[in-house]
Amino acid sequence: MITGRAVDALTARFPGVQSDEFRGQARVVVHPDSLHDVLAFLRDEHQFQLLIDITCVDYLHYRDATDRYGLVYLLATLEQGARVTVRTWLNDPDPVIATVTDLWSGADWLEREVWDMFGIVFVGHPDLRRILLPDQFTSHPLRKDYPLQGRGERHNFTAIRRGEA
Amino acid sequence: MAIELPDNVMVSKLDQLASWCRKNSLWPMPFATACCGIELMATGASRHDLARFGAEVFRFSPRQCDLMIVAGRVVMKMLPVLQRIWQQMHEPKWCISMGACASTGGVFDTYAVVQGIDRFIPVDMYVPGCPPRPEQLIQAIIDLQDKIQNEGTILGQEFDMASRQQPKRALVELPVLGQSPTFVRPPLEVRR
Ligand code: SF4
Repeated sequence: MITGRAVDALTARFPGVQSDEFRGQARVVVHPDSLHDVLAFLRDEHQFQLLIDITCVDYLHYRDATDRYGLVYLLATLEQGARVTVRTWLNDPDPVIATVTDLWSGADWLEREVWDMFGIVFVGHPDLRRILLPDQFTSHPLRKDYPLQGRGERHNFTAIRRGEA
Repeated sequence: MAIELPDNVMVSKLDQLASWCRKNSLWPMPFATACCGIELMATGASRHDLARFGAEVFRFSPRQCDLMIVAGRVVMKMLPVLQRIWQQMHEPKWCISMGACASTGGVFDTYAVVQGIDRFIPVDMYVPGCPPRPEQLIQAIIDLQDKIQNEGTILGQEFDMASRQQPKRALVELPVLGQSPTFVRPPLEVRR
């Protein structure tokens, strides 16, 4: 209900927004340049005050995929519990997007995690460091072109033997 | 050659006496990082009662422990912590690798999970299972006690890698007693 109204207003306001519905949930696909405006619009004018999650999907080698990274924002309203999924596409060589930490402070760690795992750069993020992996890590391991067993990260330690401690 | 001893006097070796004390008061350091830690807790709890084997005093300070039980998978971010804790423990110390993950990485053959802690710290006992039952961990502790009793020395010579490797190398080189540098009669005061 509220989602339908919001999606209608969104498509009227931002040309080029695609929307559809999947199992009763609204999904919109927006251009990366207008993503910040779309999220601000949904938050301020359509009560989607709650940012549930930010995540990313790497569509490398995916059937029929035309873009590489699908960046996903999940929003909800606090009163009705209505939800909407906002998606945008990013591509190599510079997967860059504007941060939403100015809209939701809670986006801070979510964006750090997406940076850590996928290497998406959030411009304007106050502290874009790795959050889960150690700082010395050099790759973004949830990218599909990263080998499952790593590039030797798990072996680069000195072995402690008996009598050395 | 019977030796007349007064009542309540026994003769033993100092090494064996020290090992006997050590093996019966192992203080485990619970390095429980995953699901195996639950079985580790069950082992210490009342049903399985690790106190029967003198190993119930779990301490969370490595300075007070002499048995590290690594229960669960260790990721590469955790490994420096594991190594530091191992180095903080006082000699003599032993290590039990509990479960498939700690011993081999288990099913987690991914970029972040260390494929067996024995690549990076010494391990005395491996416990198979996913997770091992408390009985298996208790068996490992009993086996470790046997190991301590059988080869422990009061000075910790069993931890000296060089002297431990020597007999093996001697077997490979087919030495002649008294001629090969690696196969000489140990001096008497060491054999005791
Ligand atoms: S061996 Fe099994 S039970 Fe133990 S940490 Fe690994 S997955 Fe968990």
